[in-house]
Amino acid sequence: MGEVKLSGKGLPVTKKILAKASGKEYVESGEFVEAKVGMVMVNDLTGPLALDAFEKLKEKKVWDKNRIVIVLDHQIPADSVHSAELHKRLRRFAAEYGIKNFYDVGRGGICHQVMVEKGHVKPGVVVVGADSHTCTYGALGAFATGIGSTDAAAVFSTGSLWFKVPEVMRINVEGNLKPYVFPKDLILHVVGLIGEDGAIYMGLEFTGSTIKKMGVEGRLTLCNMVVEAGAKTGIIEPDEKTIEYLKGRVKESFTPVYSDQDAKYEEELSLNVEDLEPQVACPHSVSNVKPVDEVGDVEIDQAFIGSCTNGRIEDLRVAAKILEGRKVKDGVRLIVIPASQEIYLQALKEGLFEVFVRAGAYIGPATCGPCLGGHFGLLADGEVCISSTNRNFVGRMGSPKSKVYLASPATVAASALTGKITNPKKFM
Amino acid sequence: MDGLKVKGKVWRFGDDINTDVIIPGKYKFKTLDMKELAKHAMEGVDQDFSRKVSRGDLIVAGKNFGCGSSREQAPRVLKEAGVSAVVAVSFARIFFRNAINVGLPVIECKDAVKETDEGDLVEIDLEKGMLKNLAKNRVYMFKPIPPPLLEILRVGGLVEYLKQYGTYKV
Repeated sequence: MGEVKLSGKGLPVTKKILAKASGKEYVESGEFVEAKVGMVMVNDLTGPLALDAFEKLKEKKVWDKNRIVIVLDHQIPADSVHSAELHKRLRRFAAEYGIKNFYDVGRGGICHQVMVEKGHVKPGVVVVGADSHTCTYGALGAFATGIGSTDAAAVFSTGSLWFKVPEVMRINVEGNLKPYVFPKDLILHVVGLIGEDGAIYMGLEFTGSTIKKMGVEGRLTLCNMVVEAGAKTGIIEPDEKTIEYLKGRVKESFTPVYSDQDAKYEEELSLNVEDLEPQVACPHSVSNVKPVDEVGDVEIDQAFIGSCTNGRIEDLRVAAKILEGRKVKDGVRLIVIPASQEIYLQALKEGLFEVFVRAGAYIGPATCGPCLGGHFGLLADGEVCISSTNRNFVGRMGSPKSKVYLASPATVAASALTGKITNPKKFM
Repeated sequence: MDGLKVKGKVWRFGDDINTDVIIPGKYKFKTLDMKELAKHAMEGVDQDFSRKVSRGDLIVAGKNFGCGSSREQAPRVLKEAGVSAVVAVSFARIFFRNAINVGLPVIECKDAVKETDEGDLVEIDLEKGMLKNLAKNRVYMFKPIPPPLLEILRVGGLVEYLKQYGTYKV
């Protein structure tokens, strides 16, 4: 495994990966490039439109059947004849074109978790996905970004895509997070600081001692939400934790890419998180962020732990620790959904499900579920949900008259116990 | 779109218009028929938009237009509803890509946004990077859409473009 270091051209990792994928030594912010794509992903909501566009291209075969991943996750198992038809179409396409990386119901889980868990993401390459939270994989040192369905069809056909080289913002984070404060709190804090469009078109790079100490799962949460500040990518340079995570998952060889030591950033943000308290994004904007103790008296009807942001095993462990031997408040429904089948099995083995069921929680199958107000777990008029997910737009989880608050799984679990938005500190 | 020029009446919207507002999820999950979906365009902020809008009209909005999901239904539904271009202070990047790829011109022009009112008649020359507000008799210059993307718009979207060229000319 070789290393690319010190080109002496002052490039941050974001631009370096894009330069490498475009066959260039150097790229400038604002420049348009054609970059080679290492892996492309579509899901059951964006895949069918990609197939429409691909069919219009009248291609007989795909560019590389091993570099296309199709995951059914948003509406699984099919909740209507319409979604069943869409699933059928994707299933047929996978069979017809020999796409082995097809994750059917019960075989994968949420696309972004499947992508990292099954080794479809490696450091130093461009990975695109027809889903806005594709930026998640930057946690493993890839240039990963969300695209549209027509974009995906173009990649199916050509293996490359047009990109505008982004300006890059470095976010350096120092200090230890308190035991009841999590990567989710940090990213909510960042989005609150810079705003919904604070990093629009930009690449974000996270550095500093806090990030170094953070495990891969936490880093995935961090990078997952950079799009909520408008960013194109969020990248963390690979280190020994990354390599350890990739072991046994990524089969191909790879070459990590690192920022030049003299890397130039268009913007820099420095944070110290020693005093950071749990954060909550209040309705109806992800940037409407307050420390949990300043949210006020907010009673909840539903609490949701899951999604590509926070449905991983560590999230479930933290929630179980808080819920163990306790009961969810009467009148509150707690929904817990592991992000993938692998996590489901792990949680089962660790006995976490018993804790959840005894506490009065509903456990769902690996799917995006209530996060996008798709096929179950929706909210009625006037209802309030605290959720470990990534968006709280008007009507996101059901009725346009409902409200969604975003927080860490610990804050969600604590709130489920008390029936109102609660600092998890007292349960930890 | 007549070549690389558009002309139409303006509909005004604010900041952070997200994709769930442009086409609410409850419809998006039920059909992929754009004609059907277009009946609900912008319903999240204006219930009657699809009935009021005429072919060729433009949307003028604030910052971060199209934020949220990557779903291409958002620009396609606007195009299907008759919208000929969107002018905004800034766009969410995936919406920007999708709009270009489906052949909907997207223009960033802060000054024009500030001074344009609903109902104004506006003419845009995409190649020159020029926006004329005919109602107010004002002319604004904006950074023109880069040539490769302009070509995607000219031929009617990325699918047509790739059929014609086979690859990107960037």
